Amino acid sequence: MGKLARKVALVGAGTSKFGQTFPLRRIPEHWTDAWLNAVATVDNGIEPKDIEACYVGNYSADLFNHQGHLGPMISSLVGLNPKPAPRFEGACASSGIAMRQALITIASGLMDVICVCGIEVMTEVPTVGVTDALATASDVTFEYTAGATFPGLYAAIASAHMHKYGTTHEDLMRVAIKNHINGKENPYAQMQRSIKDLMERKIAKVKGAGGEVPDWKDEFDYLKSPSNPPIAWPLHLFDCSLVTDGAACLFLASEDVAKKFTDTPIWITGTGQGSAAIAMHDRTTLTALEATVEASRQAYQMSGRGPKDMQIAEVHDCFTIAEICAMEDLGFYEKGKAVEAIKNKDTYRDGAKPINTSGGLKSKGHPVGATGAAQAVEIFKQMRGIAERDRQMKFDVEIAMTHNLGGSGGTCVVQIYEK
Amino acid sequence: MSENEITINNYLKYLSERKLMGSKCKKCGQVDVPARKLCSKCIKPATEWTEMSGKGKLAAFSSINVGTPYFVKKGYDRKKPYVFSVIALDEGPMVSAQLVGVDESHPETIKVGMLVKVKFLKVEVEGLPEKVDLGFEPA
Repeated sequence: MGKLARKVALVGAGTSKFGQTFPLRRIPEHWTDAWLNAVATVDNGIEPKDIEACYVGNYSADLFNHQGHLGPMISSLVGLNPKPAPRFEGACASSGIAMRQALITIASGLMDVICVCGIEVMTEVPTVGVTDALATASDVTFEYTAGATFPGLYAAIASAHMHKYGTTHEDLMRVAIKNHINGKENPYAQMQRSIKDLMERKIAKVKGAGGEVPDWKDEFDYLKSPSNPPIAWPLHLFDCSLVTDGAACLFLASEDVAKKFTDTPIWITGTGQGSAAIAMHDRTTLTALEATVEASRQAYQMSGRGPKDMQIAEVHDCFTIAEICAMEDLGFYEKGKAVEAIKNKDTYRDGAKPINTSGGLKSKGHPVGATGAAQAVEIFKQMRGIAERDRQMKFDVEIAMTHNLGGSGGTCVVQIYEK
Repeated sequence: MSENEITINNYLKYLSERKLMGSKCKKCGQVDVPARKLCSKCIKPATEWTEMSGKGKLAAFSSINVGTPYFVKKGYDRKKPYVFSVIALDEGPMVSAQLVGVDESHPETIKVGMLVKVKFLKVEVEGLPEKVDLGFEPA
């Protein structure tokens, strides 16, 4: 594993407001919002003339919007033509890959400044179309015909994890409860409510209608009620991330020019990408994601850092079980031990290892192709001390990580950030 | 190109004849299902067809309430879930398949590790040609 030939920094980052916005806000609106929000974070300003390429991460505008060839569409909207605008696809890791490729391009010396776009507008098709489009990130010939949906694949991982390590439904619920608490503090999140808020709102609604008031004592009672129906057992509605429209924009710059844009660049000191068989049945284990293990191994080696050094992390919680697996496969906890940390609230914002301070995919939302870049936006904000509302870390974040998965774990991209 | 070449199409043709076929590597003995032209272990084109016993264990599963359009066409929905499963075959490889003969509405009664055997599922869905899907049931 080589080193980066020169240092590369994140000098600006922003997202659009995530939500279910079609037809009011489509690809152009999300992208321009993300661009403007990212430009606003560049201390000394950034202009299209400063940027040499636009790297676009998008999973499937083809299936969601019947729109291919997204690269030049994105670059046109922000005045980057005639510069190169390639598109990168790796399911839900698409913009993690775009960011990594921008990083490698800059480190190579070929370019100094690249704009990374992550985007997905998913609600142009009905739910059944979303399920179908996402399912094509699995092995269509052998998994899809066996009935696999996206939640179904992660549910199968959960069933194996529960069997091997004794992980429970309550453990999964704890992940969702924590991420919703964080998402409440994120003005760009799709669902800015804690599960307790949602429970109380439901009780008030039933009371208002003169119905029988449910005797839920806490979030766990609520999550065990019919308000949280199974989607793909053992996963229920609140174990699943959201269907989201959104975009994220990142500005990456070489060490030679970074200081022109800001006095406080965030250096990307490690990157890794791993692959595993797209079909789960072709892997050697169902309770760990091998691509995560490999991507993080590369990133740790490149940066010279280890799991203990990561002060905070944005991990790919497309489903609650995925956050548990990530915490283990990234080496933060031994296999089977992550649930204890979750029980101890170690992963809360005031815990020993805060995870998904943004609210994660669970509460912030999961516009699949935008997710990898959006994770970097949260880390950028936390490290710069500009995270909104009450979610800014109370200590100075000096080292952090993003972990971005594609499909059921066929692709993984990990990036490490340092001040 | 021989008629019996290891291809996806021939694997599916065997499936339609109710045979679960894998490939066995003549060099290293690795068994792969579905069958592969290149052995998954030594990556050599030294494989030949081998029929599976159809016996195995349940490695992972999900009882799915919100299914794929294909399974919705097969008649499944929120009230009538189906089980997607990963089966570890006695010969070593794992396969994805529908698990039938279990109580889909009470998935807590289905246990990872339970013994299963192959059950070829004849599918007749309007608008699609008649076919056989791979299924398993409790042994």
